[in-house]
Amino acid sequence: MRSVVPVLTVVGAILLFWALCVIPMNAHLTADQAQRDGMMLQPETPAARQELVGLSLALKNPAIIPLTFVQERPRLPSPHQVGVELWDTVVMKKPTSKRSLIYHGWVTLSATLLGFVIGTTLGIILAVGIVFSRTMDKSVMPWAITSQTIPILALAPMIIVMLGAIGIQGLLPKSVISAYLSFFPVVVGMVKGLRSPDAMQMDLLRTYSASPNQGFWKLRLPASVPYLFASLKIGISAALVGAIVGELPTGARAGFGARMLVGDQYGQPLVTWAALFAAAITAALLIVIVNVIERGTLRHMGMKPA
Amino acid sequence: MTVISASNLDLTFQTSDGPVHALKDVSLDINKGDFVSFIGPSGCGKTTFLRCIAGLETPTGGDLTVNGMAPDEARRARAYGYVFQAAGLYPWRTIGGNIRLPLEIMGFSKADQAERVARVLDLVDLAGFEKKFPWQLSGGMQQRASIARALAFDADILLMDEPFGALDEIVRDHLNEQLLQLWARTEKTIGFVTHSIPEAVYLSTKIVVMSPRPGRIHDVIESTLPKERPLDIRDSAEFIEIAHRVRDGLRAGHVDV
Repeated sequence: MRSVVPVLTVVGAILLFWALCVIPMNAHLTADQAQRDGMMLQPETPAARQELVGLSLALKNPAIIPLTFVQERPRLPSPHQVGVELWDTVVMKKPTSKRSLIYHGWVTLSATLLGFVIGTTLGIILAVGIVFSRTMDKSVMPWAITSQTIPILALAPMIIVMLGAIGIQGLLPKSVISAYLSFFPVVVGMVKGLRSPDAMQMDLLRTYSASPNQGFWKLRLPASVPYLFASLKIGISAALVGAIVGELPTGARAGFGARMLVGDQYGQPLVTWAALFAAAITAALLIVIVNVIERGTLRHMGMKPA
Repeated sequence: MTVISASNLDLTFQTSDGPVHALKDVSLDINKGDFVSFIGPSGCGKTTFLRCIAGLETPTGGDLTVNGMAPDEARRARAYGYVFQAAGLYPWRTIGGNIRLPLEIMGFSKADQAERVARVLDLVDLAGFEKKFPWQLSGGMQQRASIARALAFDADILLMDEPFGALDEIVRDHLNEQLLQLWARTEKTIGFVTHSIPEAVYLSTKIVVMSPRPGRIHDVIESTLPKERPLDIRDSAEFIEIAHRVRDGLRAGHVDV
């Protein structure tokens, strides 16, 4: 609970900086609108105003400053506009409505979770193979690393189109992209975790003439658990990004990615920003959930509380 | 009766800097019930020799038998328990769970496991700590738990590689005293690697002084101290004389490098 004050301070500072940026960002379009509504401005013509930067335009015409925060189609929405839009689309709309972010969130979240499960399972299997087989260590690891150097934005449409061509549509293609992004941190973390027992620990098992199988279940696997959780936290946020990216190139009709696209194409920045924040909040909640599971698991295993 | 017998043992490690002669021409017999200490400077091969006995290293020459078998075979026959410098307890297992580890691996029955855990915990004076986790115990208690783990499957030989090296002197004195009592009660054969002259003299029936480059035995001292050894025996003339001989051996081993 001691972390509440510092966190709130940082959040407050970010909101203040954001609010201050709203003024110069929206100054020009606010001024144009105000002039149409009959307000006298310095300078008078839109062309002359374009010569000025947003900040000096606002300072010359202080009357437009409050109006920059309430534009219908702002270049940069103000914090409270995004807050109101979030409230409207998360709380006020029925979850079954096509305008509800709960509805869109669930579409993205289900693909995220399925992809995360596939990616984590694949990651653990690959890591076990890499640790136990020299051949896999030499052959799989370079490909795993290479896979992450390909821009996912280029790859995502191909995956969707190709899976679509063989009749796989909907949830699964997005999950494949989620899995593609989330398996990698799990592989890296689990390989490190499974290799974390030191020479002395391995020697101790040799003095018992333990089989490699016993070494895995009794030593390597439990020793890797803290590493696994560190990877899962990276993996689950990567999975969410993957699901959203998977919604962008295909003109998906539902999901956070679809909302961002709709807001962009129809000039409704508030829709885009609300979807963006809803996605960020979802990612934060997912990580909190992993954190809680981590703490419970480590306590159950008897590890020293941090 | 000879339990461990080494004759003309050689071990050369191939490293990127060329061959390293870890052991050269090491011959030694250890009898049943002996408490043998190996003492010498770093690089004298005392730990390497202990690891050869345990079958963790393979000698490149000479003969070595443990209970009349090759070290590998002896290991599979559960001839010895090994105690390392660090306790190395698994943090996710209770003290009881850690002691059960070798028993699970070796396939003892559940009932037998419970009975053995209780017995060895009692032996190292940790009764009542079975359900605690390692981080809840002091360093000395953790090392006692690791000794209990090595005793749990009733090996006749106990190999200890600087088990008290990381502990402070007061705790070490206490554990030395306890180890002697444990040795008297269980009649194990013990191989004990140490850096400390008083520790070696206080504990041992036989002190093997080794010297480095190449690692070899410089002197073998049969202790004349009685089997009953209170801590203040360390002030007796006899104790000081043996300690003196060990120190001389260590110094001579160093000079002729």
